[in-house]
Amino acid sequence: MTAVLEAPSESRVSSQVALWRLLLRDWVATGAALVLAFVALVAAFGPMFVGDEAAQQNLLDANAEPFRLSDGWLNVLGTDALGRSVLARLIVASRTTLSVAVPAVLLSLVIGSLIGMWAGYHRGRRETVVMRIADIILSFPSLLMAVVVLYIFSPSSANLILVLAITRIPIYLRTARAESAELQSRLFVDAARTFGTRSSAIIFRHVLPIVLPTLLTVATLDFCFVMLSESSLSFLGIGIQPPSVSWGLMVAQGRTYLQTAWWLSFFPGLAIVVTTVSATILASWARLATDPAQRWRLTLPRGRRGRRAIRRAAEKALTPEVQ
Amino acid sequence: MTGFLRRRAITSLLPLVAVLLGVFFLARLTGDPANLYLPVSATPEQRQQFIEQNGLDDSVWAQMGDYLWGILHLDFGESLRTGESAATMALRAFPATLQLAFSTMLIAVVGAVIIGSWAAYRPNSIADRISSFLSMTAASVPDFWFAIIGVWIFAVGLGWLPTSGVTGGMASWVLPVATLVIRPLGVLTQVVRGAMVSALSAPYVRLARSKGAGDLRVVTHHALRNAAAPALTVAGDLMVGLVNGAVVVETIFGWPGIGKLMIDSILGRDFAVLQACVLLTAVSIFVLNILIDIGYALLDARVREKVSA
Repeated sequence: MTAVLEAPSESRVSSQVALWRLLLRDWVATGAALVLAFVALVAAFGPMFVGDEAAQQNLLDANAEPFRLSDGWLNVLGTDALGRSVLARLIVASRTTLSVAVPAVLLSLVIGSLIGMWAGYHRGRRETVVMRIADIILSFPSLLMAVVVLYIFSPSSANLILVLAITRIPIYLRTARAESAELQSRLFVDAARTFGTRSSAIIFRHVLPIVLPTLLTVATLDFCFVMLSESSLSFLGIGIQPPSVSWGLMVAQGRTYLQTAWWLSFFPGLAIVVTTVSATILASWARLATDPAQRWRLTLPRGRRGRRAIRRAAEKALTPEVQ
Repeated sequence: MTGFLRRRAITSLLPLVAVLLGVFFLARLTGDPANLYLPVSATPEQRQQFIEQNGLDDSVWAQMGDYLWGILHLDFGESLRTGESAATMALRAFPATLQLAFSTMLIAVVGAVIIGSWAAYRPNSIADRISSFLSMTAASVPDFWFAIIGVWIFAVGLGWLPTSGVTGGMASWVLPVATLVIRPLGVLTQVVRGAMVSALSAPYVRLARSKGAGDLRVVTHHALRNAAAPALTVAGDLMVGLVNGAVVVETIFGWPGIGKLMIDSILGRDFAVLQACVLLTAVSIFVLNILIDIGYALLDARVREKVSA
């Protein structure tokens, strides 16, 4: 009995190792993962080092052009209208941006998946009610909802997180419900039910492990969407409020100086693009890697020699069929 | 078919009603319009008169009754700012948004079908990897940033295009449409590519090839038709987003559409206009969803059978 129980945990470890290897094989996905890790590290530790410089004004050196090292490495991306270093402000803003996006994604992921799995497992009236609520949230113009809610309760980070989480819950809810509705009719769930397992235990032990990879992929993709929503709201002036600073707000503030100092809007926007593109790439890699039917695509040999080998093998395999 | 449409219409009506009530209550919670419109020096009598004139002294339930009764008569009351009928204002702004949405969607769909099929024709080829990377980038670029960079390069720097407004003829359409099209194009290309990859490896495609169908015919007649359903779902969602008002793009380019009107009326506590706008978009999304369902039925014989059964 113990041997049977230990076997799956061993295979799980080896499948994790295989996932790492798969990731390293795809250099684009590896690059995306490294970028995201770098952004997370900067957001976590960067403000400790440059927090003071980001707020320090120097009117003698206002709107300094980027790519000059003459006045210190901190001004390498230029300075804004008050002479504050754009690089230091970017680093401080990365923490604000991530501290809104990450909690919002986690909150909607946890709430949406739990309710979705519960509704899909029990089906019937519970499912109908939950899906109708999801429809209502989805049919409400999400930006409008954010605007209205942020006007009622002041636009603070916590409210921003809450609004973004609520508007994104239906995405996880629908995914989790669809998968768990399909799983609850499978044999292994039937077996667990026959042995008298409580439904909460079935959901956590048998449904969740299968649904989780899909949900995590959706969450990675959604991280993009949440980040873009936060920056749009900050851009419109109803998200992050000064003196706090987020990437979206930096773009908005730089807009006034577009003709004289393009770097004020350009670099924060570039930071958003690099982060969101990395998340999208990683999500699309994860979708392939966690799908057993598609995973082989990642194990194909790369490079000219590899492709030639594949073509030869394919031609060999196809020749009899053509004749 | 009519039975199917009736069922769909009834299930979609519930969100419509919920949106209506939600907007009514949310708008009431954002603050007292009497404080916003009257100067600080207004006498209590003036304040009282303003409140009575606009029916703000009734109970919330009476106000909601008036509101719902008005909706049934297509009467949303007058705008607090301009005194114009709210319905007229919303209807005047809507065509601008619709034109923008339809031209954007047309370009996005045509572009996505061409690029997506081309990329899917040889999965993992150089062309596929480049177009995948570009479509992923396109799907994750913030539109306001793209709009600002576009204005900076083409309007401020080169002076080819106007910075904002709709009076400049065709030239004033270029930047708003280009900004709006990026995200839908990226998302749709990925969907079309994914669906085409699986469609092109399906048995019916091999059968068509073995019967001597050319490459172009296989792609356009056999694979695309089967790959269209997932693309239709995503295109529908994207279209809903565009009809809801591209608030950011309309704000940046001063486009007189429904998104800009909504934001302005929220900022100005103009309840009547806000409600008219939301109702208009909610109804058009309701119609759009039914059109998408009909599109499914036209595309997929299996859905058609279920519908007629």
